[in-house]
Amino acid sequence: MVNAKINGIPVQVAEGTTILEAARKVEVKIPTLCANDDLEPWAACGICVVKNGKSPKLIRACCTPIDEGMDIVTNDAELVSTRKTVIELILSTHPDDCLACPRNQECELQRLAAEFGIREQPFPKKIRGTPIDTSTGSLILNPDKCIRCGRCVKVCQDMQNVWAIEFLGRGEKTRIAPAADVKLGEGPCIKCGQCSAHCPVGAIYENDQTAEVWEALLKTGDDAKTCVVQIAPAVRVALGEAFGCAPGTNLTKKIYTALRRLGFDAIFDTNFAADLTIMEEGTEFVKRFTNAATGKEGPLPLITSCCPAWVDYLEKYYGDMIPNFSTAKSPQQMMGAMIKTYYAGKTSLDPAKIYSVSIMPCTAKKYENGRDKTMYSSGQKDVDVTLTTRELARMIKQAGIDLLNLPESDPDSPMGPNTGAGVIFGATGGVMEAALRTAYTLITGEDLKDVNFTGVRGLSGIKEASIHIKGTEVRVAVAHQMGNIAQVLQMVKKAKAEGKDVPWHFIEVMACRGGCIGGGGQPYGCTDEVRKMRIRGIYDADEASEYRCSHHNPLIKQIYAEFLEKPGSHKAHELLHTHYESKPLYLK
Amino acid sequence: MAYKNFILVCAGTGCESSKAIEIYDSLIREAEAQGVKNDVQVVKTGCFGFCEKGPIVKVMPSESFYVEVKPEDAKEIIAEQVVKGREVKRLLYKKDEKTADTVKIEDIEFYQKQFRVVLRNCGVINPENIDEYIARDGYSGLERALFKMKPADVVSELKASGLRGRGGAGFPTWLKWDLTIKAPGEVKYVVCNADEGDPGAYMNRSTIEGDPHSLIEAMTICGYTIGASTGYIYIRAEYPLAIERLKIAIKQAKEYGLLGPKILGSDFSFDLDIRLGAGAFVCGEETALLQSLEGKRGMPMPKPPFPAVQGLWKKPTVINNVETFVNVAVIMTKGADWYSKIGTEKSKGTKTFALTGKIANSGLVEVPMGTKLRDIIFDIGGGIKGGRKFKGVQTGGPSGGIITAESLDEPITYESLTALGSMMGSGGMIIMDEDDCVVDIAKFYMAFCVDESCGKCAPCRIGTSQMHDLLEKITTGNGTEDDLLKLEKIGKAMTKASLCMLGGSAANPTLSTIKHFREEYLEHIRDHKCRSGKCKDLVVYSIDPVKCIGCGLCARKCPVPCIAGEKKQAHVIDRSRCVKCGECFKACKFGAVVKN
Repeated sequence: MVNAKINGIPVQVAEGTTILEAARKVEVKIPTLCANDDLEPWAACGICVVKNGKSPKLIRACCTPIDEGMDIVTNDAELVSTRKTVIELILSTHPDDCLACPRNQECELQRLAAEFGIREQPFPKKIRGTPIDTSTGSLILNPDKCIRCGRCVKVCQDMQNVWAIEFLGRGEKTRIAPAADVKLGEGPCIKCGQCSAHCPVGAIYENDQTAEVWEALLKTGDDAKTCVVQIAPAVRVALGEAFGCAPGTNLTKKIYTALRRLGFDAIFDTNFAADLTIMEEGTEFVKRFTNAATGKEGPLPLITSCCPAWVDYLEKYYGDMIPNFSTAKSPQQMMGAMIKTYYAGKTSLDPAKIYSVSIMPCTAKKYENGRDKTMYSSGQKDVDVTLTTRELARMIKQAGIDLLNLPESDPDSPMGPNTGAGVIFGATGGVMEAALRTAYTLITGEDLKDVNFTGVRGLSGIKEASIHIKGTEVRVAVAHQMGNIAQVLQMVKKAKAEGKDVPWHFIEVMACRGGCIGGGGQPYGCTDEVRKMRIRGIYDADEASEYRCSHHNPLIKQIYAEFLEKPGSHKAHELLHTHYESKPLYLK
Repeated sequence: MAYKNFILVCAGTGCESSKAIEIYDSLIREAEAQGVKNDVQVVKTGCFGFCEKGPIVKVMPSESFYVEVKPEDAKEIIAEQVVKGREVKRLLYKKDEKTADTVKIEDIEFYQKQFRVVLRNCGVINPENIDEYIARDGYSGLERALFKMKPADVVSELKASGLRGRGGAGFPTWLKWDLTIKAPGEVKYVVCNADEGDPGAYMNRSTIEGDPHSLIEAMTICGYTIGASTGYIYIRAEYPLAIERLKIAIKQAKEYGLLGPKILGSDFSFDLDIRLGAGAFVCGEETALLQSLEGKRGMPMPKPPFPAVQGLWKKPTVINNVETFVNVAVIMTKGADWYSKIGTEKSKGTKTFALTGKIANSGLVEVPMGTKLRDIIFDIGGGIKGGRKFKGVQTGGPSGGIITAESLDEPITYESLTALGSMMGSGGMIIMDEDDCVVDIAKFYMAFCVDESCGKCAPCRIGTSQMHDLLEKITTGNGTEDDLLKLEKIGKAMTKASLCMLGGSAANPTLSTIKHFREEYLEHIRDHKCRSGKCKDLVVYSIDPVKCIGCGLCARKCPVPCIAGEKKQAHVIDRSRCVKCGECFKACKFGAVVKN
């Protein structure tokens, strides 16, 4: 342990703790702009400068470990004026159109400028006028807003191992841009949106499609369509943050009401489709697992495919492992297909007259809904538009809906009621746990006594577990945060190359840290603390559920009985499965 | 076969660019043609330092010091010196061109106050021949370390020598090595920073070109001391000759068993590799250099962790610059006792400087620490070119500050230069005279920093660019007094809040010129006047019709041309087209062209 003082307040922290972290322990806030709890300090902005004792030198709190006996001063006239000048310098390269900025009121630079009482900008503006990049359809890059804090580069390279964003140019010409200076959509970007979730300003943000949805909702007469919406598991425990709630606050039933008030005609829950995914993917796994000796049902390990950013990553970086990928569509796309076939049939609606919207914690889902022709399995686009949690929050605010005080309501039948297995899709390990709950029954014909697989829960980057199903060991691995995937796949490849048994039979992969609750479309300010609270919200919902296994969902049984025949049927394959192809990292 | 004469031809980059290789070839050809090829050996050496008078050719044993030699002089040198045993008087260095008195090398004032430790072999040995290095006690320091000393003894020796890093900040070398020894880890690295990037500095380049084995020997000693088996020399790709000589030297050292497995039959193995830098100034900063060495974008990283603990590939790493290492080779050969007698109490040894700018004897010099600036500039450097008035000297390159006439008697040490608002830096010394404009110079250095800032850190990336714009405003006559305050405000914040020393010192030239020459800044601002005439927007050329005799010389010299007039009639400058090059002003013999 290290003993030191911060502004005269004694603090005791573990060795290696930075001055910034130590200061937090004693309720001292040191302003920062580039520092982020998810990332190693990059030390770019120069805002977090502090002093040690009488030394005139300014040191950076974000990257300097606090040493025994340090006497840190975080605020004096010189520090404040230095920080203020640095902020003024940064502002000299940043446009002033805050009112029209997607990050208005949620911008870290704006907040800092307000806190430091910036009332004039002494230095002339130097803004390059770089064109906006909309090429991915999921994310928008506005280089002129960029303050070169480096967070997105570090996220994309260090956390996600995607390398789609890079620093280009030098000195004042330094800019953050798609690697190789292509358009973002022409390079390795997997649309996970973690860059947008970490950007402190409005330089990278989700493609806001609320206007399209408003137009559909408000349309009247012959052009009007039946507007159907689904909300993903992870949205319900995070949306509240945009309205001042603590992370993890579960607002499911208020959100249903809000969606109704926004004008949606039918409210479905993606949790239901998650149950459906488990039926299909669980069956796929059982087939592969029980036929492992012949391999005729496909190779092991089976790898989950619910995460569209992960699908994109695999197609770009691991095309050779496509046969291991589950062909089951993601819950969003299963729901989309069911809305425009099963639901349309039941309600005698023309699928072409249905407008299908999904609310997702994710920017890559915007890409997924048009990924290939299997996303049009109903003959129409199965999901017309995907909105992120952040966009939904905006719509609710625009509509003047007092979310927190709304009465609660239930989703619509038949694709609303769902199980705890569906809701845990929102957290890392959830898909695996849900699949195991059902796979056990599919293999043994019996139900589990304890459905909790705690070994696959939590924030550790790679989790392993094994369960014994009637004397057979099933080994599983769960990886989240794209940068952790390579290690898992390399081990699979190595075992295969050496002719050894594969290390795992079933692997769950989610591109974002913590799984979907940490998605790139979730409210800003996500840290591990926030992730833990959101995960808590998810598992609380699971425990409170009447049914905790997908195969127990009575409406799932009904949909197979009425429509899909059985998991893995021809019809299920037509509507609920997809395929993949190897893609180049760069289009050019 | 014993040669009667040895002809040493300077083959440093400077002399090479003035046809030194042609001189070398001609001398060999002439020796053969005149039938004396067995009497003379012609040798390419490293830099003699006296670049002002290059190409330099020195003949031994007569110590004839020929300057400004041309390839066509080869015939005469061979005929006179080798065949007849007479010096070629016309080529000998003369102190004063008018008197034609020749001066012996030991009497050349350029060399008199120098003390060559780092450059001891430059201009003396053939850098492409390891035998010549060995003949001058080369590799005896390594032998001593390997067979007579434990790693801790080497550290003690360095500590006793008082050697401090020559890259700029003056960190004690022994401590750096000791920290690396003590840092946990099996794998450690030795890295040489040969990414010399200051404008006008070429000490490291010349040292490597003239004496590459000293560097190899010292890095090997370092490897032995810290327990590293691999070293990297990070050298800028713009130094092809130095790279070539290093390659040759590494190959020869390996052939001699002085590098590679089981050096000199000991259990110690060490290998060296060269890595080329793409010429980014910031890669001279050690953490950025290590990033670049790892194949990443050269951007400085926060310290701690220091390279001694987490350096190359996160392994403990000693990173020293060329001059520091070469000093180690000398210390290990001659001993700490001998070494520590040179210099001052806190700054031991010598320091090399590259004298450039408005100095009579531009070149590479080495002086004991504690030598006065005045001695370097006026005795060694021969004062200001053309007898103009000394204005200031910039040390430490774009990171340093200007030192004015009143501080010329300061002895040069790490501490004194810092106290003067400048720094030791790697050793570039740019001398300015009254024709130089301090605002223009500050702008030049700031432009350099704008280009060379890595762009990572906001204070430096934006601060340099905003300061440059303010300086530009002042030099074009659009500045205000408020701009001066802004310059100081940004400069202060940038100095304090930047991550690395590039940003931390980029404001030095501006701040120190504002401090010493505020009046000149104010002249630009208030009077729209640049007394040196460097700031072209503030200069107007006109022709005094009374003095002008209509000779037309100015019109002929004008590159635009924008001067018109009948013969024997007063000429007129069309100001709207004048580019203010000053050619007319220089050309006029009657003082008719007026600059104001």
